Amino acid sequence: MSLGPAEVAKIAHLARLAIHEQDAPAYARNLSAILDLVAQMNAVDTTGVAPMAHPLDMAQRLRADDVTESSQRDHFQAIAPRTEAGLYLVPKVIE
Amino acid sequence: MHDKTIAQLGAGLAAGEFSSEELVRAFLDRIARHNPQLNAFITVTVESALAQARAADQRRQRGEAGPLLGVPIAHKDIFCTDGVRTSCGSRILDRFIAPYNATVVEKLNAAGAVMLGKTNMDEFAMGSSNETSFYGPVRNPWDLEAVPGGSSGGSAAAVAAWLTAGATGTDTGGSIRQPAALCGVTGIKPTYGRVSRWGMIAYASSLDQGGPMARTAEDCALLLGALAGFDPRDSTSVDRPVPDYVAALDRPLDGLKIGLPKEYFGEGLDGEVARVVESAIAEYRKLGAETVEISLPNSQLAIPAYYVIAPAECSSNLARFDGVRYGHRCENPKDLLDLYTRSRGEGFGAEVKRRILVGTFALSAGYYDAYYLKAQQIRRLISDDFRRAFERVDVIAGPTSPTVAFNLGEKVDDPITMYLSDIYTIAVNLAGLPGLSLPVGFVGQRPVGLQLIGDYFAEDRLLNVAHRYQQVTDWHQRAPAAFA
Repeated sequence: MSLGPAEVAKIAHLARLAIHEQDAPAYARNLSAILDLVAQMNAVDTTGVAPMAHPLDMAQRLRADDVTESSQRDHFQAIAPRTEAGLYLVPKVIE
Repeated sequence: MHDKTIAQLGAGLAAGEFSSEELVRAFLDRIARHNPQLNAFITVTVESALAQARAADQRRQRGEAGPLLGVPIAHKDIFCTDGVRTSCGSRILDRFIAPYNATVVEKLNAAGAVMLGKTNMDEFAMGSSNETSFYGPVRNPWDLEAVPGGSSGGSAAAVAAWLTAGATGTDTGGSIRQPAALCGVTGIKPTYGRVSRWGMIAYASSLDQGGPMARTAEDCALLLGALAGFDPRDSTSVDRPVPDYVAALDRPLDGLKIGLPKEYFGEGLDGEVARVVESAIAEYRKLGAETVEISLPNSQLAIPAYYVIAPAECSSNLARFDGVRYGHRCENPKDLLDLYTRSRGEGFGAEVKRRILVGTFALSAGYYDAYYLKAQQIRRLISDDFRRAFERVDVIAGPTSPTVAFNLGEKVDDPITMYLSDIYTIAVNLAGLPGLSLPVGFVGQRPVGLQLIGDYFAEDRLLNVAHRYQQVTDWHQRAPAAFA
């Protein structure tokens, strides 16, 4: 499968990743090469093979619905780029 | 003191030959002298190391004992360390001071080990040469022109150059075993779920597993004994007792059945590496083991399946780095989208971006079945290959990496060639099995590793098989001349 710079731009948007326009052709080339590598999977018929999502085929463990954590908001927000009054600041999203 | 193993250091501390503070000062001096050349550490925690050493000495004075009490170790910079920068080798976390300790860090703290610092790594553990680190590449102590392997390249180089007695690493597709091989040290990737992932920055959650790196299998056994165990904070942690790995080390190898996968000795394997690996296998026959040829017929599909599954999981995991709650944030974002895209675009390096893009594509509408579902089916086939093999043999042996360490810069512009360095290690992660690499010789001055693969939770057997070899050989005792 071959991707072009325009497709790279579309995927980059989905991934919320800024890619410089001049870098897009190189990403397109590398991504196409990776997808060619991955295409080797198609040589094998996997009809009826159960997909394996987890190495130990475990069930999700559940715990009792008890409070186990205390609030550490100030501690965690101390490393945030911008906060105010206990809130994380981002550019205005609602006009 | 620096040339001793963890087992020897523990004995010396217990006998009062030296204090932990003396020991830690000696290692910190070595780091100050050699790290500028190797770049194995991103952060050296001088003050807290000395404080931990003094605390360990006090614990010993109060009558406490333990094989790791006062022993210097280093953590890969992927493990969160409370109050200490945890960069994951990335610009996006360059100024990230972790607000809590990973379980792995807590466990080694509880055992009294002393953290010397945080080791360099490929950015977000994505790489096989340590060249994707924001902090620059690590050099291989055996040959400064060579890469140390990756992604745990800083840990491997630090152990190989005797800048630390042991270190933690993580392994998603070979990131403990391949650098261990390329730097001539011993490292074990445990069974998935054996060591807690809590506080270990996630790359591909169904594959990631932490483990120890040290000079000997005995040292890895000591470290793994402290690291392994159930953690309720990691939902994939396995609730199963931790065996006494040290007690199992001396078991004789008579009658041990070693499987040699024919796919691991074919095209792509360097001829000189093959010769070294075959002589190690001959040594195992002398130790009483029996070798049988086996087949892992889907081996060639491991890399293709991995480069769907790992990027897919990474694209999801790395979505958390958004410039809002922690990590790098771009200047003057014009709106929320700009904040996300530019913070991430500036913060991530090229290889991380490639994998996020591949993963995003593979999971996008219309492609999910062809890529992600297909890769998960292939994963099942690979896992079944191993299951069948372990009906016939006790362990599987082969080369850890198809070549010795390559030169810095040699593969950095060609991702596909770089990915092939992990051709023998990746299937083990897909299956979730334990794997170990130990040094078994050299090609020129560059080390060769032998990989041992075990059945689920057979870490004790792998460490035993490696230890018996190290009782009759001295590869693990060699040191690079410049760092002896």
